[in-house]
Amino acid sequence: MSDLQKLTIGKALNLGLRRAMEEDPKVLIMGEDVGKLGGVFRITDGLQKDFGEQRVLDTPLAESGIIGTAVGLAVRGFRPVCEIQFEGFIFPGFDQISSQLAKLHYRTQGKIKMPVVIRVPFGGGIGAVEHHSESPESLFAHIPGLKVVSISNAVDAYWGIQQAIRSDDPVLFFEPKRLYHSGALRAEIDVAGTPAQVFSSQVVREGTTATVVAYGPSVKVALDAAAAAEDEGKSLEVIDLRTLSPLDLGPVFESVRKTGRLIALSEAPSESSLTSEIAARVQQECFYSLEAPVLRVTGFDTPYPPAKLEEHYLPDLDRVLHAVDRSLAW
Amino acid sequence: MPSEQWTHPEPGDGPAAVAAQPSPEQVIAGLRATSEGGAELTQLLTPEGERVPSPQFDKYVDDIDAEALRGLYRDMVLVRRADREANAMQRQGQLGIWVPLLGQEAAQIGSGRALKANDMAFPSYREHGVAFTRGVDMKDLLGIFRCTDHSGWDYQRHGFHPYTIVIGNQVLNAAGYAMGQKFEGKVGDDDGEATIVYFGDGATSQGDVHEGFVWAAVYDAPLVFFCQNNQWAISEPTERQSRLPLYQRARGYGFPGIRVDGNDVLACLAVSRWALDECRHGNGPVLIEAFTYRMDAHTTTDDPTRYRLSDELEEWKLKDPIERVRAYLARGGYADQAFFDKIQDEADAFAADLREYTFNMPEPPPDRIFSNVYAEGNPVLEAQREEFLSYLDGFVSAGEH
Ligand SMILES: Cc1ncc(C[n+]2csc(CCOP(=O)(O)OP(=O)(O)O)c2C)c(N)n1
Repeated sequence: MSDLQKLTIGKALNLGLRRAMEEDPKVLIMGEDVGKLGGVFRITDGLQKDFGEQRVLDTPLAESGIIGTAVGLAVRGFRPVCEIQFEGFIFPGFDQISSQLAKLHYRTQGKIKMPVVIRVPFGGGIGAVEHHSESPESLFAHIPGLKVVSISNAVDAYWGIQQAIRSDDPVLFFEPKRLYHSGALRAEIDVAGTPAQVFSSQVVREGTTATVVAYGPSVKVALDAAAAAEDEGKSLEVIDLRTLSPLDLGPVFESVRKTGRLIALSEAPSESSLTSEIAARVQQECFYSLEAPVLRVTGFDTPYPPAKLEEHYLPDLDRVLHAVDRSLAW
Repeated sequence: MPSEQWTHPEPGDGPAAVAAQPSPEQVIAGLRATSEGGAELTQLLTPEGERVPSPQFDKYVDDIDAEALRGLYRDMVLVRRADREANAMQRQGQLGIWVPLLGQEAAQIGSGRALKANDMAFPSYREHGVAFTRGVDMKDLLGIFRCTDHSGWDYQRHGFHPYTIVIGNQVLNAAGYAMGQKFEGKVGDDDGEATIVYFGDGATSQGDVHEGFVWAAVYDAPLVFFCQNNQWAISEPTERQSRLPLYQRARGYGFPGIRVDGNDVLACLAVSRWALDECRHGNGPVLIEAFTYRMDAHTTTDDPTRYRLSDELEEWKLKDPIERVRAYLARGGYADQAFFDKIQDEADAFAADLREYTFNMPEPPPDRIFSNVYAEGNPVLEAQREEFLSYLDGFVSAGEH
């Protein structure tokens, strides 16, 4: 039986959550405003109405509380899916994430499993005030014991959220908030189909001139750049990382061996980030294949600026193409 | 100090006391006692605009004669008018977002006007009325909402800290500031200094707010915790944060807590003056719960029709903080129609000025991104700035060819 639906990323997440809740009564959703309001982005819309207040918890306003109690609920056998309203508000919960969520399995030599998902809308481009546009994913990728993933399209959103919920490890699930309701990214999904595993890097566009590796909202930027580059006679290969920790760099190495050039793209500041890690590992693995150093196109090493300046802060198609030119000029 | 009223059983009380514990329904009914705010509500001016005598608090507003009350009325009307204008400008795409204060004018003007020049206020993000009382030009708030700036006034000169968006963070910052006032010996007599910190009912669930209570208490910091309980934290009602009225929490930390009618500017002024006075004399901290209501959406991106009954809003409209002062002034013959018209005209001009300013607000130059990340500079960042500027230059010269 199949049930084909054309979904935005937001709607795909909503249906993915719904399916996970139907399949496993231990799956809970918890967070601020996730119930009646359906979350500030409406990703949990309608779930409380259908599953009740004990499966979709409007929590008190406290992130340490949300994550800390999710840890306890997981010890008790539940599979909590926490929503953090905006990435900038995850920090009151950072202690619980790094001290407990990430370490209990190790501390107990596997006796305690931590099947907790933390959904984090992240990234800029929505014209918001402070703390609503950041990209803190590298901070979490740096913590052993956590899985960190990011989605860039509706298909991965639908299957990815279910895969994350089924995982016995804690998953930080980064969602590209500015793409939630993008009609252009609607995709046809068989929502009754067999669950797919989506957390491995994937070539999303083939090319030969240079490789661009990106994740989350930057994948769209990379694809747009690749389309523009084609008009200039350059063929860019684009890779969507999807899994940020553990990093799946196999497809990236393979691609670099083919193209000889790599641009690592991300909205996050560059210093000590995922793009730093990618550059280091690619240089180690593909040294003799590289025609130019790995270049990075990132946010600047500053706090996220007032939104009137975000068009300059956020890497765009032009900055990617500029980096491609620099790589080719080497 | 207000009397204790909560009847939650003490440890060691027998089964009878346990039986007397309120049911969840009673607790909710108590919290939702919206018409009065509960028996412990301090009120000096009823919603109908009648003066209620208060043996405890009248002396704190002795000096508020008809002229001063007209001044408070003017403050509230101007601030509301500015709030409505900003809300409208957001709808017209001139502001990225607006955080309305509609209904909270009395809580903000009353508490703000209780402050002295050397006092310090730590706001969250909705305290536009307090900003006004601190002499902050309301235009200087607008950059945040037009997204040209993260902040924008002279914090020291105005005694008004930058807005804080992360819920509860500012409470600990305020506790530290107040500890500093204490450590510097600025506490102890009528000339003592005090600090006030603003936060919402939702914020009381955050660990930072709890820690702020603890810190201020154990260091006897001259800090007034001013909780504007506007009934909602976006879609979540106060019951989602607490089982007992918020002001009663203070007892557990060892300092007084009081609930004031947050829609009564006179009561807010009196209670805040009392609390600040306690702090100045070294008897702080104090928790004030201003029982009020957010008569608009949480922000312009919020849709309260999804979670709030319109009946509730209608009920609160009858308790409008501005109308009751107007009724009192009119009934007592302290102000006539000409006065009210004059204030309205002034408010309209005030709003028009804000509008014009907003429309002409300059955009920050691109390399502002790099300014002031560090006080002592950073060579790596300087290089990044140079590279960015020459990248931008490349576009200009490409265009010129
Ligand atoms: C740490 C943190 N979590 C979540 C948010 C998102 N958020 C902004 S305002 C708000 C509700 C705040 O309610 P309350 O404290 O009652 O203040 P009010 O806005 O009602 O005055 C939430 C959840 C935030 N700003 N900071």
